[in-house]
Amino acid sequence: MCLAIPGKVVEVDAAVSPLMGKVSFGGIKKNVCLELVPEVKIGNYVIVHVGFAISMMDEEEAQETLKLIEQMNELGNE
Amino acid sequence: MNEKTIDLSNSFACPLPITEYKNILLAHGGGGKLSHQLIKKMFASQFKNELLEPLHDGATLTVSGTRLAFTTDSYVINPIFFPGGDIGTLAVNGTVNDLSMCGARPLYLSCAFIIEEGLPMDDLWRVVLSMEAATKAAGVQLVTGDTKVVDRGKGDKIFINTSGIGIIPDGVEISPRHAKIGDRIILSGTIADHGIAIMSVREGLEFETQIESDCAPLNGLVETMIAANRDIHVLRDPTRGGVASVLNEIAESAAIGVTIVEDLIPVSEEVRGACEILGFDPLYVANEGKLLAFVSPAAAENVLAAMRSHPLGKNAVIIGEVVDDHPGTVIMKTRIGGSRVVDMLSGEQLPRIC
Amino acid sequence: MKYVDEYRNAASAEKLMKEIRHVVTHAWTIMEICGGQTHTIVKSGIDDLLPSDLTLVHGPGCPVCVTPLELIDKAVAIASRSDIIFTSFGDMLRVPGSEKDLLAVKAAGGDVRIVYSPLDAVKLAQQNPEKKIVFFAVGFETTAPANALSVWQAKQLGLKNFSILCSHVLVPPAMEAILSSHANRVQGFLAAGHVCTVMGYEEYIPLASKYRVPIVITGFEPIDILQGILMTVRQLEEGRAEVENQYARVVRREGNRSAQELMQNVFEITDRSWRGIGIIPKSGYRLRDEFAAFDAECIFDVAAIHTQESPLCIAGQVMQGFKKPHDCSAFGIQCTPEHPLGAPMVSSEGACAAYFHYGKIRF
Repeated sequence: MCLAIPGKVVEVDAAVSPLMGKVSFGGIKKNVCLELVPEVKIGNYVIVHVGFAISMMDEEEAQETLKLIEQMNELGNE
Repeated sequence: MNEKTIDLSNSFACPLPITEYKNILLAHGGGGKLSHQLIKKMFASQFKNELLEPLHDGATLTVSGTRLAFTTDSYVINPIFFPGGDIGTLAVNGTVNDLSMCGARPLYLSCAFIIEEGLPMDDLWRVVLSMEAATKAAGVQLVTGDTKVVDRGKGDKIFINTSGIGIIPDGVEISPRHAKIGDRIILSGTIADHGIAIMSVREGLEFETQIESDCAPLNGLVETMIAANRDIHVLRDPTRGGVASVLNEIAESAAIGVTIVEDLIPVSEEVRGACEILGFDPLYVANEGKLLAFVSPAAAENVLAAMRSHPLGKNAVIIGEVVDDHPGTVIMKTRIGGSRVVDMLSGEQLPRIC
Repeated sequence: MKYVDEYRNAASAEKLMKEIRHVVTHAWTIMEICGGQTHTIVKSGIDDLLPSDLTLVHGPGCPVCVTPLELIDKAVAIASRSDIIFTSFGDMLRVPGSEKDLLAVKAAGGDVRIVYSPLDAVKLAQQNPEKKIVFFAVGFETTAPANALSVWQAKQLGLKNFSILCSHVLVPPAMEAILSSHANRVQGFLAAGHVCTVMGYEEYIPLASKYRVPIVITGFEPIDILQGILMTVRQLEEGRAEVENQYARVVRREGNRSAQELMQNVFEITDRSWRGIGIIPKSGYRLRDEFAAFDAECIFDVAAIHTQESPLCIAGQVMQGFKKPHDCSAFGIQCTPEHPLGAPMVSSEGACAAYFHYGKIRF
């Protein structure tokens, strides 16, 4: 459900609890709680919902999906 | 519709059914459906006269053979200082722009301050300096004013009303009702900059990359456009309620259909990101330095070229046209090739989570 | 914007639609669970572009829409108190209660504030020790971890003036309720991508096999929806009934374990009433007893409220896919976003709101 947007982690503040950081959404930076994705590193993409990162983006999977669609129809219809 | 009378006498019957809203809501000032309803049903119906009827940004008056445009606007924005401007610049440019949207050359402004007790003198000075600079930039003069102070807590720092008059040159006939089938709709630049700049400062919604308000006087741009070609039918600046609400108002006023193309509407990268995060649709977000022009197809390229040669119009683009289908309705061709209705703003745009 | 724009690409959309048209040979009825998906469909005009054999019906995935009327009335009662700062996501403010909505409480002078995140509400509690802060914790599983963390945080900070009014609902029981109804005509589901981001999709596997329906975990952009529809239709045409993951870039089979653990520490499963549908057993969350000090329903003794739904509102039928918004006699007439009779007309995820705003009645 609900509005959740992908963004890039640009800062991680491990000194606070819960874990916080800054995520950039196309240039806009917002404070985001990273407690739910403790393995996150700077440069990772995350999905953010109500100020919380709820998952990491699997960039390989993302590319796979797009490639799959690219190749569609090119092989001709069966 | 049910109508409950407040008083036995019919003449006191409230035109907005009491059962609808007992009190004014913020949405009544939002520029969308409720604002519209309030103005039409309560105000316009009472002050009935043909000068008021068009309900355009300004009234067109003929005084001793000269056509004048006359407008008024109040500024209640919070925060009063924001990236790209302040309530003072807004107060000047907003009224200058309303006059320009009538095709007039803005000349003189009045200014009334309602100041809350306790406002720091420095803040007031800042606002005044901004207004002075804005009047210079727009080439207008502030010629009369008024100042009131209200008790602490009874006014939000400062409210400003500006009224303005300008002269409409001969041969210029600009009004929402003049929109014609086939007109091209030109947008002067990127949308939603102002509204998002405001949101970026307001409590609780802080962004770190500076998005600036586009607040600017449009009279220079309009003069350039008119000089290029007079066949401009409608001019409107999409302030509260955004491009969507303004297009709907024009469609309704002129009883024409409007189609626009999503892909052609310019939105800056940062503003798009902010709108995504907040769940706002840029089409409904306020602008303070942009205009929409409805131009005859023959004149469109000329006017567009003229706009692009002006600093405030360098991103001008044709975003759609007037059609004789679906009168009163605005339809948009979506990015993926579908289509949908672009309705007028309903209530306030509240930041979404879901 | 990266990972957004690519999924709005017109050429990709065209390819997917072409493939869907090629694959479809029968009439099928598919339900998208989440209101956010409904909005994408209507906003992009996808439903008009699909072959007429495919019927999309809209599901109950709008937490705002399914929040029980009693709870809205309780929220209104609490928010009207002078010692309260009532905080909520924006969507809830216009949902009609029996007599009024939260926006009306605000207009009448109540301290009702929109927050973007539950942590903002916790911060308000820290900043305003003399007031009681109540947060309207509405949502599906997607929002539960955030709400759980805010309660956890409030406990860590020793806050005595923070509580949540909890209206959490769960998707799988709702799907089962729809599937087990004898009036059900849904043959395949686009499951809610962000719910599954948190919960994973293991609980959908028994549903798919018990009711023989394909369930495709789907994202929210137009490309996601189209690909989800394609995958569902392929299963239907081939007679398969499996759980597939279209939203693989974000959703893992096991979901987010950290989030799930946190939720289990703070919430427990309970029966919940769904507005317009009725009580669905074990379909929601409530705060565990050890967090009773943060439970607004325990703290605020709100007197028995006489609830009154509009007799004209058929929200429940719309949310279970039995009717479409424009089948409602009040749609666009007595019921509009300015004067809603039910929640789906004002919620940003509501099917009725989508149909109204994007002009489905005009075509």
